[in-house]
Amino acid sequence: MTFDTVFLSRLQFAFTAMFHILWPVMTIGVGLFLVFLEARWVRTGKEVYYRHARFWSRLFFLNVAVGVATGIPMEFQFGTNWSDFSQAGGDFFGHMLGYEATMAFMLEASFIGIMIFGWKRVSPGMHLFATSMVALGASLSAFWIMAASSWMHTPTGGYFDKGKFVITSHMEAIFNPDMFWSVSHMWVAALEISVFVVGGLSAWYLYKKRYTDFFIVSFKWAVMAAVVVVPLQIWLGDGSGRSVYDHVPTKFAAMEAHWQTNPPGTGASFSILAWPDPERQENRWSLEIPGVLSLLTTHSRSSQIKGLREFSRRDQPPVALTYYSFRVMVAIGTALLVLMVWTLLVWRRGGLHIEGIATQKALLRCWMAAIPLSYLAMETGWITREVGRQPWVIYGLLRTGDSVSAVPEAAVMWSLTGFAAVYVVLMGLFFLFARRIVVRGPELAEGDETGGYGSRRRD
Amino acid sequence: MGWVVAHVVDIWFLIIGFFVLYYAVADGFDLGVGVISLFTRDERDRGVMMAALQSIWQENQTWLVLLGGMLFGAFPMFYSIALSALYVPMVLILFGLIFRGIAFEFREQSARPSLWDLSFGLGSLLTALAQGFTLGAIFYGLPMEGHRFTGTVWSWFHPYSALFALGVVAGYTMLGSNYLILKTGGVVRQRGIRCSPVASFLTLVISVIIYLWTILRHPSMAQKWLAMPGFLHVAVFPVLALLVFLLYFRSLRTGPDYAPFAWNVVFVFCSFIGLSVGFYPYIIPNMVTIQTAAVSSTKTLIFMLVVMAIMLPLILGYIGYKHWILRGKVENG
Repeated sequence: MTFDTVFLSRLQFAFTAMFHILWPVMTIGVGLFLVFLEARWVRTGKEVYYRHARFWSRLFFLNVAVGVATGIPMEFQFGTNWSDFSQAGGDFFGHMLGYEATMAFMLEASFIGIMIFGWKRVSPGMHLFATSMVALGASLSAFWIMAASSWMHTPTGGYFDKGKFVITSHMEAIFNPDMFWSVSHMWVAALEISVFVVGGLSAWYLYKKRYTDFFIVSFKWAVMAAVVVVPLQIWLGDGSGRSVYDHVPTKFAAMEAHWQTNPPGTGASFSILAWPDPERQENRWSLEIPGVLSLLTTHSRSSQIKGLREFSRRDQPPVALTYYSFRVMVAIGTALLVLMVWTLLVWRRGGLHIEGIATQKALLRCWMAAIPLSYLAMETGWITREVGRQPWVIYGLLRTGDSVSAVPEAAVMWSLTGFAAVYVVLMGLFFLFARRIVVRGPELAEGDETGGYGSRRRD
Repeated sequence: MGWVVAHVVDIWFLIIGFFVLYYAVADGFDLGVGVISLFTRDERDRGVMMAALQSIWQENQTWLVLLGGMLFGAFPMFYSIALSALYVPMVLILFGLIFRGIAFEFREQSARPSLWDLSFGLGSLLTALAQGFTLGAIFYGLPMEGHRFTGTVWSWFHPYSALFALGVVAGYTMLGSNYLILKTGGVVRQRGIRCSPVASFLTLVISVIIYLWTILRHPSMAQKWLAMPGFLHVAVFPVLALLVFLLYFRSLRTGPDYAPFAWNVVFVFCSFIGLSVGFYPYIIPNMVTIQTAAVSSTKTLIFMLVVMAIMLPLILGYIGYKHWILRGKVENG
């Protein structure tokens, strides 16, 4: 590992992207939650919806602020740090970012101004419309960026000529084979994380016996949403895995630390834990269940799965990181399913009652733990996705090492340090302010709204 | 249709030009207000300044993202050459925008708003300066060999770009003061009225120097000034700009509150077109023409144009509607 421009640029992109992706998920998921709340309020006139919308939108705005601030560097790093990639893939990749800005960001950025402008200055219907446009914008941005990202894995719709991608069909490039799975898996990830943020924070209040009758409502909403979202995400994950198996075989083999293609007629075994060793091109040790990998992948007992040894060393991705990131993601996804089922059982036995809920300490603790865990699942998912595609930036067409700008190491080192310092501060401030919002709690009546931070100008 | 296909590159050049212009005006007054806030003592006044931007700064800033994305889409080579060659000022713009943007929300939450006023002001100043250096370096010409940048990571730093940076700060401050006249009342509006002539005078002087310097630097531009039909093309917009400047100056004393801002926008428009006409058909003067910068295929440019033809009216429509909702001055405090 040398600290050259390629390595530093990768580190910078990975760091800024992993930091940035933390924020859009809540913009997407909690954005839709706010649409639900405001729509119910406009329709039924029940104050509980309004009070919830007020409370959750505070965290939402704080979250959006960090998301917007950290999003802009993503748009420009393709030019500053990955100029050879930008030239090679520009015929497709460039206007994907342009569309994202045109259709998604502009919608989001314009209407959030009306949302922030306040409840009392525009009608509830107008406010609902603005919130809906912000949520729509957030989801559209997920669509375009994931379409672009999936094309980097399955680059269809054109050919490579003299080091440049020449497009023949925009539809084939946008609706590339991996697109459906990439878009839906990420979009539902955003919903799932938001479900556990809302549920987990509600659980904290229930645990502390603060505003119990207020937060038991949102806790139950979260549980109901989890019933749909959690199994759906596992199904989409399975589909994504099969898409990787079909189109990005090196990544698939690395995800499973699968070195040797299984002989015909036998099933490939599934490794639960292993120590992959790229030098020896095998696992030092591995805890395996025979036949299960074939079964999980293709739902047939004896399908052949290409091992990493079928590919030359220079085409193999880093195995251990891909393998373990994938396992962490799957483990968390499964744990969240267990939590969802457990909560349903407790609910059925009448455990989610206002008087009794605070005694469900273990359950509530698990919901609180689910907040960081769901974020971790997303991050490890992204590591699996991006590290697993290496050494390619556009799979099979352009290597990561050939994509970087001719910028001196020192410059990248300097900008990377700057981003690291600024983002650490941003994170700290976010937690500081988010904590204040949470500790202060919701406003249950009009009178509560004066005083305190955060209510100076709004409304 | 055949005409559109034949001229799609020029059309895209115009669209990108429109984005640059829109961004320069919209985020220009945002950043300008930020610069003015640095020189405003009273924390309450700074609060009013930020409140005047609260509902629109994100949208204004997003034009930069739109510009970046569409530039990447239509002119990937220019996008990648310029951004990697201008690595340092580009990264500074990003940091500046982070500090500026984060200040709006954090100020609401914080017990110490003046800290975030500073973040807003310095972030705005840094962004404006770095954008000036970036544009200055591009207009001066980047050291190139064919399509390869041959300069260093510091090639953007020279007297011309430094003067350009000052010009951008002055220009943004002019826009910012006129925006304050338009959108605020009382002390803050007075501040705008006092600040506007100073900033505009600086803007005018620096613009003229830069324009002359640019002509001297780029012989192809000088030739247009000397040849007869070319002379009329290049001269008309700079002359118009000067005329508009006089009208702007008069409106500061006698006009309604929207007039200085309106004339300011026309002034930016004329100056910008004037410079572009001088450069045409180059984007990076004497280095990259529109034709060679467009690496994207005609197929892609047409596809983008269709999407733009639908989206741009829609965007301008909802933005117009929003500005209608938010019309009038912000209340003080």
